[in-house]
Amino acid sequence: MKIFLRFAPEINQEPHISEVILETGAKLNINRASVDAVSGEVVVDVPDEKSNEVVKLFRSRGVEVSILEHPVILDKDECINCGACISVCYIKALSFKDDWSIALDEKRCNQCGACIIACPHGALEFS
Amino acid sequence: MVEKTVQDINQKIKDGSVHVVTAEQMTDIVEELGPEDAAREVDVVTTGTFGAMCSSGAFLNFGHSDPPIKMQKVWLNDVEAYTGIAAVDAYIGATQLSESRGMEYGGGHVIEDLVARKSVHTRAVAYGTDCYPRKNIETAITIDDLNQAIMLNPRNAYQRYNVAINSSDRTLYTYMGTLLPNYGNATYSGAGVLSPLYNDPDFETIGRGSKIFLCGAHGYIIGEGTQHEPQNDLATIMVTGNLKEMSREFLRGAAFHGYGATLYVGLGIPIPILNENIAKKTGISDADIVTNVLDYSFPKRSRPTLRKVSYEELKSGMIELDGKEVRTSPLSSFFMARKVASTLKHWIEQGNFMLSQPMEKLPTDTIFGPMKQTKETPLVKDVMSRKMITIRQGKSVEDAAKLIMRGQSTHLPVTSEDDRLIGIITAWDISKAVAQGKYDKLDRTMTRRVITATLDEPIDVTARKLEKHNISALPVIDKDSKVIGMITSDDISRLIAKRNGCPLQAPLEKNGR
Repeated sequence: MKIFLRFAPEINQEPHISEVILETGAKLNINRASVDAVSGEVVVDVPDEKSNEVVKLFRSRGVEVSILEHPVILDKDECINCGACISVCYIKALSFKDDWSIALDEKRCNQCGACIIACPHGALEFS
Repeated sequence: MVEKTVQDINQKIKDGSVHVVTAEQMTDIVEELGPEDAAREVDVVTTGTFGAMCSSGAFLNFGHSDPPIKMQKVWLNDVEAYTGIAAVDAYIGATQLSESRGMEYGGGHVIEDLVARKSVHTRAVAYGTDCYPRKNIETAITIDDLNQAIMLNPRNAYQRYNVAINSSDRTLYTYMGTLLPNYGNATYSGAGVLSPLYNDPDFETIGRGSKIFLCGAHGYIIGEGTQHEPQNDLATIMVTGNLKEMSREFLRGAAFHGYGATLYVGLGIPIPILNENIAKKTGISDADIVTNVLDYSFPKRSRPTLRKVSYEELKSGMIELDGKEVRTSPLSSFFMARKVASTLKHWIEQGNFMLSQPMEKLPTDTIFGPMKQTKETPLVKDVMSRKMITIRQGKSVEDAAKLIMRGQSTHLPVTSEDDRLIGIITAWDISKAVAQGKYDKLDRTMTRRVITATLDEPIDVTARKLEKHNISALPVIDKDSKVIGMITSDDISRLIAKRNGCPLQAPLEKNGR
């Protein structure tokens, strides 16, 4: 499961992620991070079986947590099923179905953003 | 022997007994029954393609304003349309970019917005004449406010297209989409088995005046397309149709990151099966259609062909290149190409589309020649300076600073023991290292991923590298990575100043979307 973390300036000095990993033993995978002097936003992939525990612990530490149901959104109205997104997706989250329409495997997506740049129709975007 | 005429088939369309299949279905039918029985069985084969076709656009007529204006320049949603024709006629081309939004919006999007019946902001300027006194106008129009909106595409439906791949170590953004470094992926275009021009490669049924499916409406082939080169399986057609009757489903504006705008066009041609010879040709399969894999990192006109590959292999999602598996994906939509072919099939079955007899055959011998250039393109070796200083690895940052001061050059290539280029250090790198108090070892301060130029590289390519990477000098290397000179933006500026004409400024390029 992917979660979106927002670190407010007042709690930004603490090593929250490291401590959550040590405390829960969950193997967290950081997909995307944008950190500046005062605040930070991080997308983390959490093993499903540890997700409740991890989310609870982040929240108790004052970190704002939202569950990312859809790491990337495919707008079916804009998509023309060309496939420009497929070969740039290194982890194969995008592929063709049997009828040559686009299939998106949200579980695989690690939000690298390559498909968003590659799409000629602006049909893909981060949630 | 089977012999049918277009009139026979049209009669069958009228009485509802016509048998129509798509080119994809026909492949199996010909394989199963053989060409003769297939010709007896099938009357029409429908084809389809849906891809980015830059050479597309539309003529628009706005009608006269009061007082009237002779539009000298006109913009639709800030995209300029060509007005070098009569007062209120203009041609909106698919790849023209918005002057305010840059690469993300262009003529293709304006055409889509018109077809979607959206309001389009229109402004024009003029010099004013006795007969057309008005000098500017600003209004909002929809396609229904135009007298005519006629699509006219000089080159559509390429018979096949190249496969693009990138051997360099940097991602390229091209009209063939994103090309990942080190052969990271390959992109292709074209409908393969459904390709309209591959199903009648000798133009036995298709020609000037043939009625076709164009973006959800009836359209016509005007004649050969530009760059038409049938002997190389690169035939093209010029087509026209009424934009007012087209549908957004089969026509889409698009923008390729780092390249610009274009238009996705849905186009289908019905092939009347007049005899077994024509049936045989429509039996073509993806395995029979072969194209070239070209290295797009090569910035010259003739890019090296790395191998030949069939559409069957391309559509499998993976091709092999030097023992390595490379992921492939198309830029044209096979899903939509099927929809074009099946919609056209449906129209014919319903009696809503009659076949036409071409008025004239398309040429079979035209060649796509290169541009005649009357001025030599300067190469790096004509401009670079051969006097340059380098520094050996293992030296200190201080040594580099001294060399820079002595040599009057702000860029110092770093070389290995055997003279190969391994990095570069600039006056800026040194300033930064000093400011941060970390300037002991050269190895730690230099840049390792050096952008380089070669002797025979055209200056325009070098200038593009300097601009793209926001740098001011490049080491020139030979095939063994030995540094043989330096070329700087100053060298190029001096050359440009001598040349005629002014280079255009690059359009607004946004990061991501």
